[in-house]
Amino acid sequence: MNIKSYVLWACLASVSALTHASDPMAQLHRWEVAAGQAGVVARGELFFNSTHGGDWSCASCHGQSPVQAGKHASTGKTIEPLAPAANPKRLTDDAKVDKWFRRNCKDVLARECTAIEKADVLAYLVGVKK
Amino acid sequence: MTAIHKTLCKRGLLGLMACGMCFTVLASEYERRVDLLDAYKQECSACHTAYSPAMLGGASWQRIMSGLDRHYGVDASLDAKTLTEVSRWLQGHAGTSRKVSVAPPEDRITRFAWFEREHRKVPDAVWKRASVRGPAQCAACHTRADQGDYDEDHVRIPR
Repeated sequence: MNIKSYVLWACLASVSALTHASDPMAQLHRWEVAAGQAGVVARGELFFNSTHGGDWSCASCHGQSPVQAGKHASTGKTIEPLAPAANPKRLTDDAKVDKWFRRNCKDVLARECTAIEKADVLAYLVGVKK
Repeated sequence: MTAIHKTLCKRGLLGLMACGMCFTVLASEYERRVDLLDAYKQECSACHTAYSPAMLGGASWQRIMSGLDRHYGVDASLDAKTLTEVSRWLQGHAGTSRKVSVAPPEDRITRFAWFEREHRKVPDAVWKRASVRGPAQCAACHTRADQGDYDEDHVRIPR
């Protein structure tokens, strides 16, 4: 690799880092740090499938299997798979992850999720295989 | 709609044919195909069809955008920058035709009198199909809804 292509590669890599900023493992790590403990896969799976006293669970829209497409519970629109194993675009952008946790936790739990709840769900999603 | 059309419509001088023309003009304005703002497409069509902005008047869009945290039973809130960008764009492209001049109940496109009239022949059983799921899912039958094309020729009712 000559110096020019190295510089170009480095530029592209930093632009990509700026726009995407993250990968699924980094998302998990971010919330584990915030929670001060590791996310637990089994707890995340249970959380994902529970209705928490309301009408909906995460699975109501994302489907019981996060490696398959889901269907929006009120509009019926197809929702692409949530697990990175099936959809590499998932969990790669801090702002998107924060936005959807904020909105969807309010829809499912009528409150924002705690850091450990997010770490658990992320541990489950990151670990789930196709 | 041209000024001449407006004048003629107002004076009630149009025959059946001319009224038909008038309606065509209204319909084409309403179905005007605009390039959708990227942020609008991305944010709104994550959950539903990215409805053409001309389908509602500016006042309806204003109400919708100021209540996104309670958006028809779902939290659809946006960050401040995106909210401003999308709201501004919607105001710039909101419908101005007579068709949308009176806001429908709950600012729902599906509650316009013309909407109900246009879909009056659709049986209840079709609306209830899992593949359709009610009148808000334009794209279930209007195969080019994502391009703002609601032409009857491109309607395919799924089983």
